[in-house]
Order: sequence, then structure tokens, then C-alpha cells
Amino acid sequence: MSAPVYEVFLQKPKGFYDTYERKSGDKTLMHYCPGCGHGELHKMIAESLEELGVRDRTIFLSPVGCSVFGYYYFDTGNIQCAHGRAPAVGTGAQRSRPHSIVISYQGDGDLAAIGLNEILQAANRGEKMAVFFVNNAIYGMTGGQMAPTTLPGMATTTSPLGRDVKLAGAPIRMCEMISTLEAPVYVARCALAGAKEINRTRKIVRKALETQAERKGFTFVEVLSTCPTGWGINPPDSQKFILEKMVPYFPLNIFVDKTDHEGEPYVPHPEPAPSKIHEILRLTGHEVGSFAPGAVDPRYMNPRMKIAGFGGQGVLLLGLGLAQCGMMEGRQVSWLPSYGPEMRGGTAHCHVNISEDEIGSPLVSRPTVLLSLNQPSMEKFEGQLVPGGLQVRNVSMIPAASKRTDIENLDIRASEIADKLGNPRAANMVMLGAYAGYTGMLQLETCLAALPEIVKKKTLVELNRKAVEAGYEEGKKARKA
Amino acid sequence: MAGEKIDKGRVEIGADECKGCLLCVSVCPAHVLVATKALNKQGYHPVAYTGAGCTGCGFCFYACPEPGAITVFKLVKTA
Repeated sequence: MSAPVYEVFLQKPKGFYDTYERKSGDKTLMHYCPGCGHGELHKMIAESLEELGVRDRTIFLSPVGCSVFGYYYFDTGNIQCAHGRAPAVGTGAQRSRPHSIVISYQGDGDLAAIGLNEILQAANRGEKMAVFFVNNAIYGMTGGQMAPTTLPGMATTTSPLGRDVKLAGAPIRMCEMISTLEAPVYVARCALAGAKEINRTRKIVRKALETQAERKGFTFVEVLSTCPTGWGINPPDSQKFILEKMVPYFPLNIFVDKTDHEGEPYVPHPEPAPSKIHEILRLTGHEVGSFAPGAVDPRYMNPRMKIAGFGGQGVLLLGLGLAQCGMMEGRQVSWLPSYGPEMRGGTAHCHVNISEDEIGSPLVSRPTVLLSLNQPSMEKFEGQLVPGGLQVRNVSMIPAASKRTDIENLDIRASEIADKLGNPRAANMVMLGAYAGYTGMLQLETCLAALPEIVKKKTLVELNRKAVEAGYEEGKKARKA
Repeated sequence: MAGEKIDKGRVEIGADECKGCLLCVSVCPAHVLVATKALNKQGYHPVAYTGAGCTGCGFCFYACPEPGAITVFKLVKTA
């Protein structure tokens, strides 16, 4: 008689990496504490992804909390999300990659506290994603603070006398809340406690992911999970805690199951023809690279610019104009307005890059060019200019002298020039023209062609054209031989 | 071998992957998993299979939070 033959029945699911190369320290073990429910749920998810054959098109959203390191373990796509924002990130991920299986994996602090709005809105829109809500009744990662799901009377580090529902409210039952919404197709609560409930949880996890694979809609699975470390209870007794303390408050149930229908095939939204887009956005077709750039003194190339003035001086529009001109001459550009409560009155500024190469950051903290439209702006920003940088000053509004001796100052009476042309508010376009004329960075022809793109009111185009031309002449006159 | 009962399953536990949480022990219906006295490289007392009596039910596998710690085998043929 030969020896009995055994075959592998259950082993580490292929949904995980063989070794966790992204993890520091030991690369074969998860970082979770002994007896932590995350490992069990991770395993069920990884197993289902493999069985459904969808691992390659799965995007796993790691939350903030102990499971923040989901990307160490799951051999899937991954996005690490800001605290509570996974459903918002998932919305974008699903809509931009509609064939994906999107998994939002969140804890109770993440989902039910800071992210409560995100989850409700995503659920209400019926975003096609599987949300796994790990409810262990506390903030685990930060050391066991009271969470929205902490049980009445339960002692935590921030409720040492036990949760007082009169002060902190009663625990939030997320499944019940989500169930009141129209869109979710599957809402269930299960528990990682005891063989029977663990097995049931496995089936529910599978069902949720199957529902995603079939594109049926939003699924929400709340998993009552152990946190032996945070609770100060050994792992086997933690399972008892779930069954005896948590389940009475958070009943296990399938709250919603509307999966008995055909999945929705992906139908892309019809996109307007490119010519139509021009019409919708009122573009004239002069956008990218339709004008040749001129020869430029190397010190003026690739300017990193700050444009500053009073709110109402057209500071943001001036920045937009510079970026528009740069773009029309085939450069890479960025425009970053600094919106503040001082949009009307007070100071306003924006950041502009015009570059031959790709722009890493739109933020300009050390400008090479500063356009100061008033005195407070000069005082606030001229210190930031790099040595040898250029400041164009609207001296109509800046009686004080520049404090910098290591920079180049181009003084233009921009407001007065604009006033003579009919409206002092066109000073911004005088500044644009002066900058272009002085540095040669932008061609006059380009600036004039850019005007209808940025000035939508047709009656103002003529005034602005004159302002640009006048500024350009002033700048060119001042240009060094 | 004659006369000996043949187990329907078998389980292997990676001693260095076990964190000694004992969840597998708590769910094992056949009571064939035990904590050992030895310390593994992480400083835990790993669980081990007693060597006989496994039914191959797989409860331990799903109760175990560590993906690679437990492998469950099933009997496919006896002769």
C-alpha cells in the first residue's frame, strides 16, 4: 500500500506579492499585529481577485490607518489616498478607467469620521466601487482613540471613563445609513469572529467583488474586525468581544441586495468633435505654437514670473495673457492664480512659467521676473527676486524706490499711459506690452493675437490692443543696446 | 500502516511566519493545532500541527491573518 497523497488546498493567494519588496524590514510578514483582522480581510480580497481573474484590472485604494500600506501587499494597481477621501479618489479612478475594479478599503476613523461626506456622496451617486469598511470601534493606528463606531460605555484612550453617548453621541451604524440611499446595490455587515462568521465574510467579500466585475454598482461591506492591540484583549478573546459586544449593536445582515440584474456595460460618453470644443470654449484656433518665438537674450529665457497688484488691476488676467502668449509661441506654460479673500480690493498675485522644457511645478517661489503693479506688491515680493532678476514697476502707483540694487528695474508709467488711452484699468496690458518689448520674450504680433483669447468682451479688445502697443513701445525704447 | 486511520487533510505552518495569535487554534474543530514553546525569529511562540487528525476544513487558513503562514492540504488518494 502506497502512502496517502495530499494536494495543496489552500495557500497564500496570488493576489499578493510573493515577497513585500516595498516594505522595510522583514519582507515576508505583514506589518499587522498578531490577530489583526486586516490580514484576514486582505486574504479574502486577494483570493477573490484571483478567483475572479480581475487582479490585473484592479485599483486598490489605500486609506489612512493601519491599512495605509495596502500597496506593500496587493499585486494590483494602487492609489494612496488622503484621510477619508478614498471614495472621491475611487470616483475619479473608476470614471477615468471604467474597466477597472475599484476597491476602497477604509477604517472607521477614515470612513465614518473625516470621510463621512465622501462615502455618502459616492454611495448616493452609485459609483461602481467596492467599499470595504473595517469597523474595529477605535482609531487603531494612532493608539486606540474613540471613533464614531466606539461602543457606548467602551473605554478608549480619549474616553477613559467609557463613551458617554450624551457627550459623544451614539455609535454610527454605517450600513443602516447607506441603506437609506437609492443607489447602492449591495450593503452587508459581517464579522471576522469564529469559523462560521469568517466563512460568511469570505462569501460576502466575494459577492461584492463579483458585483464589481459585472459592473452592477456600488457595494458596501462593513466588516467587524479585531484590534487586539488597541483593545488590550488577546486575539481569541477579541473574537468573543466582536460576537458578544459589537454584534448586538451592529447586527450582522445583508441590508441591500439589488444585484439580481444585468450589469451595466460601459458606454463612453460621446465626446464633441475637436472643432466643437473650440466653439464651446470660444477659442479662435490660435492656441498652440501658431506664432514663431523671436530671438531672446538668454538671461530672459524661461522666465519664472510673479505678477502682483491690487485686486481689480487685472493681475490674474495679465498672468493669463503672458501664459497665453507663451503658449501661442509654442512654449510650455503654467498659470497659477493665488485666490484669496482679497479678490476685490487688497492684493492679488499669480505665478506664471514660460519654458522651453516641461514645467515641474507651477509654483514660483523664487521669481526671475516680477511685475509689480502697485507699491505693496513691490514691497512684498521684490525680496523674492533672484539676483540679476527683472522687476517691471508700474511707477504710476509706486512712488517709493526699489530696495534691490542687484536686480534690473524697468519703470513704466503704466496707469498713466492707460488713462491717456481711455481707461487706467488697461495698465495691466501696458505692463504686458512693456515686458514683451523690453525682453523680446514675446512678439508684439503674438500679444495682439492673444488679446481676443483672454479678453472676452469685444468692446474692450481695441483699448487693450492700444495699451499693449503703447507698453511695447515703452519697453522697446528702454531695451539696452 | 494497516489499520491506521488516514487523515483527510494536512496542514503546514511556517514557524517564522506565525505571530502566535492563536486564532487558528481557536477555530480548529479537530483541536489538532497547538502553540509551541519555541520562540521564532520574530519572538513569537508559533503554532504547530500535532501531526494527526486534520480534516482539511480550512477554517485555520481563513482565521489566520498572515497570508503565507498556513498551507492546507487535502487528501486526493490513498492508494
